[in-house]
Amino acid sequence: MNLHIEDKGAAMLLAVQEERLDAHNSGDLKNQMLKLFEEGKNNLVVDLQGVRFVDSSGLGALVSGFKNASSRNGNLKLAGLQLQVKSMFELTRLHRVFEIYTDSTEALASFQQ
Amino acid sequence: MITDRIAVDIKVPNQTRYLCLIGHIGENIALTLRNYSGDRKKLAYDLNLVLTEAMANAIKHANEGDPAKEVHIEISIVDQRLIIRVFDFGQGFDVKQYVEPRHPLEEHGRGIYLMHTIMDEISYRPTDSGHVLEMCKNL
Repeated sequence: MNLHIEDKGAAMLLAVQEERLDAHNSGDLKNQMLKLFEEGKNNLVVDLQGVRFVDSSGLGALVSGFKNASSRNGNLKLAGLQLQVKSMFELTRLHRVFEIYTDSTEALASFQQ
Repeated sequence: MITDRIAVDIKVPNQTRYLCLIGHIGENIALTLRNYSGDRKKLAYDLNLVLTEAMANAIKHANEGDPAKEVHIEISIVDQRLIIRVFDFGQGFDVKQYVEPRHPLEEHGRGIYLMHTIMDEISYRPTDSGHVLEMCKNL
């Protein structure tokens, strides 16, 4: 998967540069996040600005990351959700689980407070 | 009034790399329909989603991830009724187990729930060579 990872100090920024986050590539995202957790990087911002389609396995990968981050006293926050992607989170009630920010700048700032 | 009459029949290898192709076909059908008064962009996303979910289920749970097998998909629209059939050639899975919404922190099992929410009817039944997942939606 095309994933841009950058250390922003307070958190790691993961920008998903794929049109789709689905059963074909969600495993890659999950593995990349696990690698970061193993390195002790437990605060993540996943930027979905470029993603216009997410399926149930994409949601599952993000839930997995969220649970792993939480269990290590970290957090996984989301940024840049397109309108229809946001609807998916509402339909599955996941908007109540994740902190969702308009863009990655806002999400990163929330880690610095 | 001219109504849409569409029939698409496609077979693809049992591999997730083809999810995108199948999803895009559903999306393009929604964008091309002649008579649809609802939110066309939402319908496009929904058809992309149900086709992606149904095919991913067939690959993982029914065809046991065997890349040599194939998934057969039929999409038809007659009299403003959309029917999607996804045929698999494996042992199948228990569709009833997944119809309720999952706990928000569950990692798996949302696909069938999403298909149920979007489509008007859904069934899963055996065929001579495997199973067929059939979903209908009145447009």
